[in-house]
Amino acid sequence: MVHAIWLTFRKDLRIEARTRVTVNHVIPFVLAVVMLFAFGLNAESTLLRRATPGLFWVTVLFAAMSIVQRSAAIDRPDGLPDALRLSGLSPTGMYLGKTASTFVQLTITEIVLAAAMVLMYDVRLDGVALIVTAIPLGTMAIAAVGSVYGPLAAGLGGRESVLPLLMLPALAPVLLAATNAFGVAFGTTVGPGWRWVGMLGMLDVLYVAAGSATSAALLEET
Amino acid sequence: MPNTPLAATTDVAVAPVSTSSRGTRILGALTLVSATVTILYSFWFSKADVELGNTVRILYVHVPTVSIAYLCMLANAVFSGIYLWKRTAFSDLMASATGEIGVLLLGLTILAGMMWGRPTWGTYWEWGDPRLTSTLLLFLMYLGYVTVRNIPAPRSARNTRSAIIGIVSALLIYPVRMSTEWWGSLHQGRTISAPGASKIQGAQEFALYSGFFTFMFLAAWLVIHRFRVGWLADQAEAGQLESVIAERRAESAGDLGLGKVH
Repeated sequence: MVHAIWLTFRKDLRIEARTRVTVNHVIPFVLAVVMLFAFGLNAESTLLRRATPGLFWVTVLFAAMSIVQRSAAIDRPDGLPDALRLSGLSPTGMYLGKTASTFVQLTITEIVLAAAMVLMYDVRLDGVALIVTAIPLGTMAIAAVGSVYGPLAAGLGGRESVLPLLMLPALAPVLLAATNAFGVAFGTTVGPGWRWVGMLGMLDVLYVAAGSATSAALLEET
Repeated sequence: MPNTPLAATTDVAVAPVSTSSRGTRILGALTLVSATVTILYSFWFSKADVELGNTVRILYVHVPTVSIAYLCMLANAVFSGIYLWKRTAFSDLMASATGEIGVLLLGLTILAGMMWGRPTWGTYWEWGDPRLTSTLLLFLMYLGYVTVRNIPAPRSARNTRSAIIGIVSALLIYPVRMSTEWWGSLHQGRTISAPGASKIQGAQEFALYSGFFTFMFLAAWLVIHRFRVGWLADQAEAGQLESVIAERRAESAGDLGLGKVH
């Protein structure tokens, strides 16, 4: 299975390195969103600072839609689904490899987004440890769900637009927990920040377990 | 349900002629009797609540619908899991039927909750309430299930996709159920199953239990009919495919002059 994880992870990242979709499309998109939020909230710095935790994770979710759609689309053309089915690789390994590659692409996007928000919204960071823990846990949950629903929606033949309807409600608990953890870290809300991080960890376990359990069926029918 | 002679119109020899049976007619009658009792107890025999006033009567619909919706969604997850394991048409159609009826009941729950929230909390919707928002999420997740289920696709692919969504969506049921206790909520905690004793008694308690039975019978009646409609639709689709293939074969045999062999 480790072999399947590594192969899928390397394949996806190699394709990304050659096509640079995350760098050329997704990152400019999140920077545009940072600017649009500032315009939409009337460039009011106090309001922007207070809303930054939510804005950050909402932007991440939008960026995740593009990354997940792209990640699923690269396995569609030229009979690739059949080739993957016949490869003999572990379906769970392929699922975990895809989750890992999505995780890396999302993390890079988040680093750029966080830097842009800190600089442009003048955000004060009180709890760096909380942020550094919440980002990978939240990202892992998004990647785990995306690696199930991305291929599933890609196989719907022209109905890929259903992806947000499937993914966003499933990721709303992630948004809630990650936003609250960030709120505590940014000093915009008070409360037990680490409890929200714990919830993110619990969601990771649940989503990765559900994705692994359904990976064989997913590979078979998408 | 009318006794539509479906078999006669689609050339499906094995298809039953109706979605109703003696069992569903009895279940339908039970639903009507139970609904009558619930209405009588909700509006006449039970009095307005000391704290909630007449709005308590909305809860005789709201609480049973959400409980039966959870049951339908749990059943959906179980049948989805069985489908991925055994690949039987029965488990797939049961998952589909329970999922659809679950969405319907959860939609009704949200509407009833909003009607109750306006006079009680002063607003139709309160974003700060975790039970309210998480129930909406659950509704949207199962709406996604129904959407994917209705996208035309080869049957096996459609069944597998919807089963996967059913299993992933079920992960949210328990957090929604426990949200009032985990995160604090404007919603009250457990009423009937509260530790110690039930918080309601007399005609109010009877009206609530009667509501549970009414919606349980109704959900069972709807699930059975939806199951049979789904089964008939699949059979009709298969029958149509077979008849189209037979037509094409006859056409090509005619083109080659094979029809004159005899």
